[in-house]
Amino acid sequence: MTWVTHLQTDDSGPAPTPASYGVVTTSPEAVIPQPSEERVMTILTGAPTAHESAECEPDYVQLLTPDGERREHPDYAFDGDDDLVRTFYRDMVMARRIDTEATALQRHGELGIWAQLLGQEAAQIGAAHGTRRQDFIFPTYREHGVAWVRGLDPVRLLGLFRGIDHGGWDPKDHNFGLYTVVIGAQALHAVGYAMGIEADGDVGTGDLDRDAVAVAHFGDGASSQGDVLESFVFAATYNAPVVFYCQNNQWAISAPIERQSRTPLHWRAPGFGFPGVRVDGNDVLATYAVMRATTDRARSGQGPTFVEAYTYRMGAHTTTDDPTRYRSGNDVDAWKRKDPIARVEAYLRRADAVDDAWLASLAEEAADLGATLRRGCHELPDPAPLALFDHVYAEVPDELAEQRDSYAAYLAQFEEVSR
Amino acid sequence: MSTSRITLAKGLNAGLRAAMEQDDKVMLMGEDVGRLGGVFRITDGLQKDFGERRVLDSPLAESGIVGTAVGLAMRGYRPVIEIQFDGFVYPAYDQIVTQVAKMSYRSQGKVPLPLVIRIPFGGGIGAVEHHSESPEAQFAHTPGLKVVACSNPVDGYWMIQQAIASDDPVIFLEPKRQYHADKADLDTSVAPPPLFTSQVVRRGDDVTLLAYGPMVRTCLAAAEAAVSEGRSVEVIDLRTLSPLDMGPVLASVRRTGRAVVAHEAHRNLGMGSELSARITEECFYSLQAPVLRVGGFDTPYPAARNEHHFLPDLDRVLDAVDRSFAF
Repeated sequence: MTWVTHLQTDDSGPAPTPASYGVVTTSPEAVIPQPSEERVMTILTGAPTAHESAECEPDYVQLLTPDGERREHPDYAFDGDDDLVRTFYRDMVMARRIDTEATALQRHGELGIWAQLLGQEAAQIGAAHGTRRQDFIFPTYREHGVAWVRGLDPVRLLGLFRGIDHGGWDPKDHNFGLYTVVIGAQALHAVGYAMGIEADGDVGTGDLDRDAVAVAHFGDGASSQGDVLESFVFAATYNAPVVFYCQNNQWAISAPIERQSRTPLHWRAPGFGFPGVRVDGNDVLATYAVMRATTDRARSGQGPTFVEAYTYRMGAHTTTDDPTRYRSGNDVDAWKRKDPIARVEAYLRRADAVDDAWLASLAEEAADLGATLRRGCHELPDPAPLALFDHVYAEVPDELAEQRDSYAAYLAQFEEVSR
Repeated sequence: MSTSRITLAKGLNAGLRAAMEQDDKVMLMGEDVGRLGGVFRITDGLQKDFGERRVLDSPLAESGIVGTAVGLAMRGYRPVIEIQFDGFVYPAYDQIVTQVAKMSYRSQGKVPLPLVIRIPFGGGIGAVEHHSESPEAQFAHTPGLKVVACSNPVDGYWMIQQAIASDDPVIFLEPKRQYHADKADLDTSVAPPPLFTSQVVRRGDDVTLLAYGPMVRTCLAAAEAAVSEGRSVEVIDLRTLSPLDMGPVLASVRRTGRAVVAHEAHRNLGMGSELSARITEECFYSLQAPVLRVGGFDTPYPAARNEHHFLPDLDRVLDAVDRSFAF
């Protein structure tokens, strides 16, 4: 069952082709596909929403089924070998381990809060591998898997959640921006950065190691934010080399996707003047293939694409959240059957690309990572009191320096008393 | 170097041009700044001379302008963006406060944002709603931003270049009613004072008048008028609102014993409130009278036919001076 038939209660015409609702193709001469007026009217006057339940398969790019069977797609292909699939598998296992460990650290009181990625491993690992090294990624605060692929020490991610800093890594080290807590704000930064890439002439030269792209991560909730919609306008206006990568995990805390949009999110893109494509966000081969194709499209000078990675937030919004108050277990159970890691394991086993020994060794590696993360978290030093005055400005105003010195003197009084 | 007689609008235009000539990473962006040259013509001719890649006409979305400028700055550019009118900065307020102001702090200094946000501010041009406001205190209250206001053509020329050269984000306030008003002689061979400094613009002994932006001209006129009453009024052009440069202010007040702060912005929690508090904390025993404030009333900006009642004028400034001497 596709989403189209799901929302239709009457027979209102032939089924649309992918191009009729904005699926990108990789051919350079492709025109920007748009849903027909008739289709849009059907949606808007028909069923109250055009989203799918877990029981109802949406129409998306899928290259690996939940059972681990490879599938072909007319526009997107996975061009890697089983070694690359194993790498994806390993990275997803490690990302899940980071997430599990951090959640446990929060439960133990070591972190104030943690934003879980459980269920979104394929959406992140495939997307991260789909980019090239010179591409700059603007994350939300949940892209732990992307950070992992980019080589950022996961202990660095914990600082924000432990309350010792607000991030603090150098984005240039891994071309991975700081976590952004204001929903959607980074989408504009990504477009601006992409405009800078374009101004630098690092687009369309044909050199795959030079031409660069900015990637804006955000979620389904952010799709309602003005900043995200404005970022679409700017990206289209300046034909910026940017890919908008929306992990539609169906929930913005307690608000289901139907609260954000009556139409599938990827439908929005053609209205802004660039293509949108929906990908099975639990299929790492598909997220990789789509990200690789759409970033290379942008890199070649063909402009932005909106990618909707259709996935599910298996955990809570954050460790402070209780999803049992607002969603049924049925959905969660249905999505468990689409687990992003299990399907890759099924594929790799069937292909004889892994064996028990390899998997056992990976499990050990993941356990080690967990232990390293745990130890690293415990060893994270609290910030020095006066560090709160640091880096407010590049050039520190005298009055702020005086405020800091005055507070230092104030603190020193207590040290003398306690001596 | 030659001397030219210019308006504030010309000074800013020439300053922007000089900055763009000196550093090819300087980019201008905003609504109507390109082909039109800006609604006040501050960027007149710059797109023609520097091209559409360096002077960008933007979509009509203030948050988008500021947010994309953040990304450009992260890529190594020095964006100078124009918010068309003060009252239209609020769609961008979130980006300015949560992103621009905090990026250096969030990144522990690894992502400085050399970004200038130009805002024509203040009233007196007979405009409709949202075109005459003075939002400076809202930005001065936000750590991570620097806030300056120019008051005259020469400062306009230099201060915009200094703001662009700053590695910190600067809110650059331009008194729109002065854009095409007075002319001044610009001698580019005379080095300007540093950006984040206040300047005594008229010497006096009896009372210190503190002003910035459009009120500097009003206060200078008030000081001149006070001469006939036998009062010697010192006028300080604050120029920088965050950080404040209290040195010249405190030195002056310690000498005169009286201070009056004048601004167009609402009085409640305006810059005058902070200046009054600082002066009182630092010069308590020098004061002959409490620090007095003259400002816009604590109402929304009124309809244009009433703005002359809202805006402090020469008489209201002198009235405050009189009240100061009544203590």
